Amino acid sequence: MLLNITTTHKPATDLGYLLHKHPDKFQTFDLSVGKAHIFYPEKSEERTTISLLLDIDPIDMVRSARNLGGEGFALGHYVNDRSYVASSFMSVALSKVFPSAMNGRCKDRPELVDVKLPLEVSIASISAPKGGEALIRKFFEPLGYKVGLTRFTLDKKFPEWGDSKYFSLKLTHTITTKELLSHLYVLIPALDNDKHYFVSEDEIEKLLQKGEGWLKDHPAREQIISRYLINLHSLSRRAIERLSEGDEIGITEDELVEKSETEKSETERRRETLHDKRLRIVANKLVESGAERVLDLGCGEGKLIRLLLKEKQFAEIVGMDVSYNILLKAKEKLHFDEMSPRQKERINLFQGSLTYRDKRLEGFDAAAVVEVIEHLDLDRLTAFERVLFEFAGPRTILLTTPNKEFNVMWEKLGGEVMRHGDHRFEWTRKEFADWANNMGGMYNYSVEILPIGDEEENMGAPSQMAIFRYGN
Amino acid sequence: MEIKVPEFSLVVLIGISASGKRSFARKFFKRSEILSSDECRALVSDDENNQASTNDAFDVLYYIAGKRLKNGLLTVVDATNIQKESRKGLVELAKTYHCLPVAIVLDLPEKVCVERDQNRTDRNIGEHVIRRQTQQLKKSIRGLKQEGFKQIYVLKSVEDVESVVEISREKLYNNKKEEEGPFDIIGDMHGCFDELQELLIKLGYVIYRVAPDNVNFGFEVIAPEKRKAVFVGDLVDRGPDSPTVLRLVMSMVNAGVAYCVPGNHDMKLQKWLKGKQVQLTHGLDVTVSQFESESAAFKKSVEQFLYSLISHYLFDKGRLVVAHAVLKEEMHGRGSGAVRSFCLYGETTGETDEFGLPIRYDWAREYRGNAKVVYGHTPVPEAEWLNNTIDIDTGCVFGGKLTALRYPEEELVSVKAKMTYCEPVRPIAFNESENKLTSQQEYDDLLDIEDVTGKRIVQTRLRNNITISEENSIAALEVMSRFAMNPKWLIYLPPTMSPCATSELPEFLEHPSQALNYYKKRGIEKVLCEEKHMGSRAVLVICKDIQAAIRRFGVEDGRMGVCYTRTGRNFFNDPDIEKIFIARVNQCLSNTHFWDKFNTDWVCLDTELMPWSVKAQALLKEQYASVGAAAGGALPEVVKALQMTFDRGVEDAMPLLEKFSAKEKAIDKYVKTYQNYCWPVDSIDDYKLAPFHILATEGTVHIDKNHEWHMKNIAAICQGDSKLFLATRYKIVDLNDTSSYNEALQWWLDLTNNGGEGMVVKPCDFIAYGQEGLLQPAVKCRGSEYLRIIYGPEYDAPENRERLKNRGLSRKQSLALREFALGIEGLERFVRKEPLRRVHESIFGVLALESEYVDPRL
Repeated sequence: MLLNITTTHKPATDLGYLLHKHPDKFQTFDLSVGKAHIFYPEKSEERTTISLLLDIDPIDMVRSARNLGGEGFALGHYVNDRSYVASSFMSVALSKVFPSAMNGRCKDRPELVDVKLPLEVSIASISAPKGGEALIRKFFEPLGYKVGLTRFTLDKKFPEWGDSKYFSLKLTHTITTKELLSHLYVLIPALDNDKHYFVSEDEIEKLLQKGEGWLKDHPAREQIISRYLINLHSLSRRAIERLSEGDEIGITEDELVEKSETEKSETERRRETLHDKRLRIVANKLVESGAERVLDLGCGEGKLIRLLLKEKQFAEIVGMDVSYNILLKAKEKLHFDEMSPRQKERINLFQGSLTYRDKRLEGFDAAAVVEVIEHLDLDRLTAFERVLFEFAGPRTILLTTPNKEFNVMWEKLGGEVMRHGDHRFEWTRKEFADWANNMGGMYNYSVEILPIGDEEENMGAPSQMAIFRYGN
Repeated sequence: MEIKVPEFSLVVLIGISASGKRSFARKFFKRSEILSSDECRALVSDDENNQASTNDAFDVLYYIAGKRLKNGLLTVVDATNIQKESRKGLVELAKTYHCLPVAIVLDLPEKVCVERDQNRTDRNIGEHVIRRQTQQLKKSIRGLKQEGFKQIYVLKSVEDVESVVEISREKLYNNKKEEEGPFDIIGDMHGCFDELQELLIKLGYVIYRVAPDNVNFGFEVIAPEKRKAVFVGDLVDRGPDSPTVLRLVMSMVNAGVAYCVPGNHDMKLQKWLKGKQVQLTHGLDVTVSQFESESAAFKKSVEQFLYSLISHYLFDKGRLVVAHAVLKEEMHGRGSGAVRSFCLYGETTGETDEFGLPIRYDWAREYRGNAKVVYGHTPVPEAEWLNNTIDIDTGCVFGGKLTALRYPEEELVSVKAKMTYCEPVRPIAFNESENKLTSQQEYDDLLDIEDVTGKRIVQTRLRNNITISEENSIAALEVMSRFAMNPKWLIYLPPTMSPCATSELPEFLEHPSQALNYYKKRGIEKVLCEEKHMGSRAVLVICKDIQAAIRRFGVEDGRMGVCYTRTGRNFFNDPDIEKIFIARVNQCLSNTHFWDKFNTDWVCLDTELMPWSVKAQALLKEQYASVGAAAGGALPEVVKALQMTFDRGVEDAMPLLEKFSAKEKAIDKYVKTYQNYCWPVDSIDDYKLAPFHILATEGTVHIDKNHEWHMKNIAAICQGDSKLFLATRYKIVDLNDTSSYNEALQWWLDLTNNGGEGMVVKPCDFIAYGQEGLLQPAVKCRGSEYLRIIYGPEYDAPENRERLKNRGLSRKQSLALREFALGIEGLERFVRKEPLRRVHESIFGVLALESEYVDPRL
């Protein structure tokens, strides 16, 4: 909400000319959701500071957010940090309040425009979700800034709650004001990673314009772009393409996702490749089973279905998930609406639950249950077992779940924490085998257990699969 | 001429063109009962006479006829129907829906038809067509009976047609809906006369031996006040004295104190008595030898009696159905060969078991009807309800017992077999272990998705039908499946609560006078104001012991009770803490003699569990404390910069300096507010549990008691464990007494000035009605400081407050009422021991409604 720019350039009062703001005036500008105020807390030949204060009206802001989105509208919208932290509102205010300075113009003292001045910026409160201090440094330090950070505690009464995600930020550099303003314009919202207005095509223009001369060579440019455009991949990709001005960049959208999400932990990225491997194994085993009509229970976005579609053997592929939204996503990703009628006929996606008996699941040759059971509370597992083994009763069942023993391989997890926030349990190899054999005995299936991923001594592979075959 | 048709029949009009079918039909039937092929032609082709559209038109006609018959409605088909093939389809259709096909033939002289045809202005068929049709009709009439029509009326002349004044509708024999009971429904007897006599006496019947005639057969039975016995059949075979059982039953039926439906054994005996070839197996041999000494007249009486028996009965407005073996819902009150066969023999899967007996299809598992079905046929160790059906054949002849179901009391009365008269081919496990779940509980281990998905209409006692839209049940299915606990424990979910109307006082957004006035305006004289605790809503279901949990809830997870959130999720993530917590609550209830006092071994409590920080840790850290930290870091810097500017002589900085100093103070207050509701929890003693409703105990949902009763009884419980339990402070307010009213306002001010969240105002009666119907069960009024964490730290700045006052409550209020009605419905269904899917339907409904959009700040 508060951005101070201080210079110790001699005379420091030149700052007033450069920014085109009179040091003895208190000026106010209207913004869509509030006001921006400009004033000078200190003014002397030695040291001059200009303050940009945003006075955001929280109620107006909620209303405009509501008009735009409507999605995920919850209590959080009303009690939020938006009016207290530096965010995209700050960028809007900068361009509104300092239009000529941002464009490198200075009517009264044109010679000052290209002079590198000793400048100090302090931002009273800024956050950088999924990155924190390291990210702030990563964005500013390559541009030559000296970065000073102080982190606020969450609540002084409850020190056990730990630190907050907010910092006060001090940047020091000798640089032109135009450069400074364009850096701030792009990097503040990229750090904040939450835009107050819809990100659209125009954003690319603004980004390229303000990033001119520095963004292209910034080592973290992909991340800056994708965070600035709040992770809208297609927009990010177009921005990067235009930035490289026709140079071959040769990165695919998927790679971009990978690259742009460097904040993702090592664990998560390793898991992604593990997941692909897992799906390939499951698909192969389904082919081997000779099944023609198959179920993908907990199909998610339909990654496995995409693999199965390539195999002519599968005449009918049913995907079920408990989340209706993810099914819509799956349809989109499979380009369901554009499929030929014959292909469409092979697929059926519907919402369902693995804890309710469901006639629609009866009579299939095989079912895949990939990384699903660990999302069920243990005391609901019996219901799942009956739904799958007793009532759906496919000839072949392929079921995978993480191997808890392998967690020690990922230092962050340290063996105690689960791999995913929604996992209700994770099993060791023995626990899984015991369960699987018990199921086999109860419901007349033979059981074969296979590791998924590379095995390590004493801990097995990262994931494990049981193949149940009815009646033998 | 008199025409009578069964009340549920498919009436097929047969007659050539221009024979007057249409006017005949319209004279005697409702327009909606008549399906005319001409009209269907018009529907599909815009032209009644378009013969090319005949196939499409009949598709439509059959479709509608099918829907009507499925719904049990008499239907008339107005088409020529002069060809055998066209009638065949209709007879089939009637069969499919277990409905009687009736033919009414308009066989008018050809001359009359020709004349009428010529006089018609819209179309003329021509003499040659009429002649051909007449020939086809003549050929048809003889075969109608063989085609399957149960009743055939042929009208041969204009006079015949005109002589029909009325077509009366006859009740089906099985329709005894006007008989409301009470009944004593008695299971398969198989010649066990001694046990039958003992059972009847136990039920209060007085049996006199009298001089026999062919009506009383030697018995005169006096039933206890207005009661009637209903026998589910299989009177004979296997047992020691089938003839005497028959005598008693025939006497009772003839005297009008009993009904009887036939069993498969009875019908086989009837065949034998009739002289037909039957195999003397499965105990018929025993009966036959018992009949050796019987007179021919008696045999004839028995044969006629058995022959006259009706396959099943509908009693008590259709709420009770009695049949021998099986009766699916679509067969209730219908008549067809298939219905009779189901009633007598049931349905088998086509497979046989290890004893070579056919495996019976377990129809009761799929039964979803509202009518209670009482049946026998398959011996079971215990008579048990399953999905509104109960098999009361408890294998008396096999050494089990003879069982009667008292209706409507639903009490089971039985007498033990004096001996094993016959060894069953398939052993019956008469002595099962104690802790076994009932059939219903076992069945309820898994719910069916068809019982929850899609658009649903839930009938509630408090507020009639409540519609759950498909999009809401989609959302609820996800939440229920991913987060909720075992549905067997979920017997209630709490409703949302509306705040009071917005205050007109300038300095308040909410003020208690609006809450009090809500009820005052609606004619309520007495309300209860309860302190509102700021914690998390928790529903507690606590059993006296593990056995009670198994017996009443049918759960075998070793838990003695549960504590769940307003969305049905386990309150505690750590099962060990849950166990200790539940044990503490259970101990407290035992300490205060709750179980004896309420004559129950379980209770459902509506409570608030504190501190807030236990359940809302994530929300607090990510949202509330974060905002405090962000603002707390920034605002002092802002104030400092503005102060420096002002000190430099820039006087225009003053208004902003004041504004931001106020913001700084607001943030401080905001932080203090949420801090009030947080404290560290190291042991169970650090929790505070404040119950406010004793919702239900065995046999009762306590909404018939007023809130004062609830508060007093809860206060008594709280004395059993004052460390964990917190008795809620409350005030009884007489709304017509100014001082009492003002006291309540002052009380609210005191509560909220001391950091309290606010108060809840409830009408003294749990369920209160006004002119508009059911009133809000409670209205909350939140304190000014508390509202900072809802509407934002600076909500009370004058420029904000005025805008925030513009808020609408109607959606929230409507939602609160619907959720309340559903929640109570769930409890009532549970207390009535209805199948779990019925309880779950209500609970699922509450969760589904929660996904409706309402301003979350309300």
